[in-house]
Amino acid sequence: MCLAVPARLVECRDDSAVADLHGNRVNISTMLLPTAKIGDWVLLHAGFAIQLISEQEAQETFGVISDLRAASGGAP
Amino acid sequence: MNDSIQRLHAAAARLVRPVKFMEVCGTHTMSAFRSGLHSLMPANVTLLSGPGCPVCVTSQGDIDQLIDVARKPGVILCTYGDMIRVVGSAGSLEQARADGADVRVLYSSLDAVKLAAENPSRQVVFAAVGFETTTPASAAAVLHADKLFLSNFTILTSHKMVMPAMRALLSADDLQVDGFLCPGHVAVILGAAAFDPIASEYHKPCVIAGFEGAQIATALARLTEMMADGICRLENFYSQAVTEKGNVAAQELVARIFRPDASYWRGLALLPDSGLVLREQYRRYDARLRFQLGQPINREISGCLCGDVITGRATPADCRLFGSACTPARAIGPCMVSSEGTCQAWFKYKRVANRPSPSPRPSPGVPGEGEKFSAAAERNA
Repeated sequence: MCLAVPARLVECRDDSAVADLHGNRVNISTMLLPTAKIGDWVLLHAGFAIQLISEQEAQETFGVISDLRAASGGAP
Repeated sequence: MNDSIQRLHAAAARLVRPVKFMEVCGTHTMSAFRSGLHSLMPANVTLLSGPGCPVCVTSQGDIDQLIDVARKPGVILCTYGDMIRVVGSAGSLEQARADGADVRVLYSSLDAVKLAAENPSRQVVFAAVGFETTTPASAAAVLHADKLFLSNFTILTSHKMVMPAMRALLSADDLQVDGFLCPGHVAVILGAAAFDPIASEYHKPCVIAGFEGAQIATALARLTEMMADGICRLENFYSQAVTEKGNVAAQELVARIFRPDASYWRGLALLPDSGLVLREQYRRYDARLRFQLGQPINREISGCLCGDVITGRATPADCRLFGSACTPARAIGPCMVSSEGTCQAWFKYKRVANRPSPSPRPSPGVPGEGEKFSAAAERNA
């Protein structure tokens, strides 16, 4: 439940945004990360961006997540 | 990962006694097993799984109330997927749904608020479960519902905080924990400094770690080095995402909506100021008041050792139910239900080594092999 996933912001308005999550576009909230802007990589948890991260960190995290998803069926 | 393992073995060779470290994050539990880390560790270093899986630490009374509310007429119960199969005194949310209850699995708490706005004649209840990572999402949902003047939205909260549980474990006389692997994404919210008391007050080394097998191995190597060198310090090995102060906006939002209160944990019983309840001005969003649920009653599951497993006092192999009556396909305790639970991890990755006898209740057409068995269970979830 506490696993956050990397996503890239492709649209931002007020405290909501559209994030590219592994090719899927999802509506998310940026109210916990008010400085987030288009193009930023963020850690996404249960529909909320919680932290800015570098693209390199995002790519590294994808590897872990696909591994864990395969193992555990994927909880939020 | 090889370098980290070598470093871990080199440090372990310098230890004067066996050490036990504990992780308190369901994702660490799964990742450590998944990467085969346990089998690569030196014999004198043990990694215990602590109370890091939110589903597993949720008390039986809270689970029962969740299922009771779901069964009330007119209610839409919204939950994260993890909770749906957890077994209460009278079945699970999944069974309640099969009986006709309206139970929805959501990705975001804000979707529950949206449902409430779209269904003014229904009562929407959000199952607010989890640690510091999920608490801000619940706080945001309450704030959002308040802005929309929604009178048909409530949350049933059993939010918990990680540090009080770690303090309780460190204060327990019957438990040896020499150091902690601190949860990475909780630390993203709380900030690294929140874990400093483990070192400064309890004099135990602790490392904030990422989630890759190699990252966990490196963190364990560092913990072992600190033990060998007699150093008690907090070190942040996940600085890519974890800052000293954490996510201040999230902390402020949580503090605005919730206040600390005593909370009942599976395995740790009632811990003061370890949970979060709605502040007075937001109490109208409390499902316990709306539905007059009263105090939860905790009836423990007969024979289930989840409480001892969560606190590192027992391993799943010590449990009579493990692997026989309790399997991922037909789970009894929450540690077997949850994809982050220690029992499920053992069942998938360690069962053969620790319990050579096959499950006495094989399903027809399903091999009694952990991975396939549980994959079938998840498809049903």
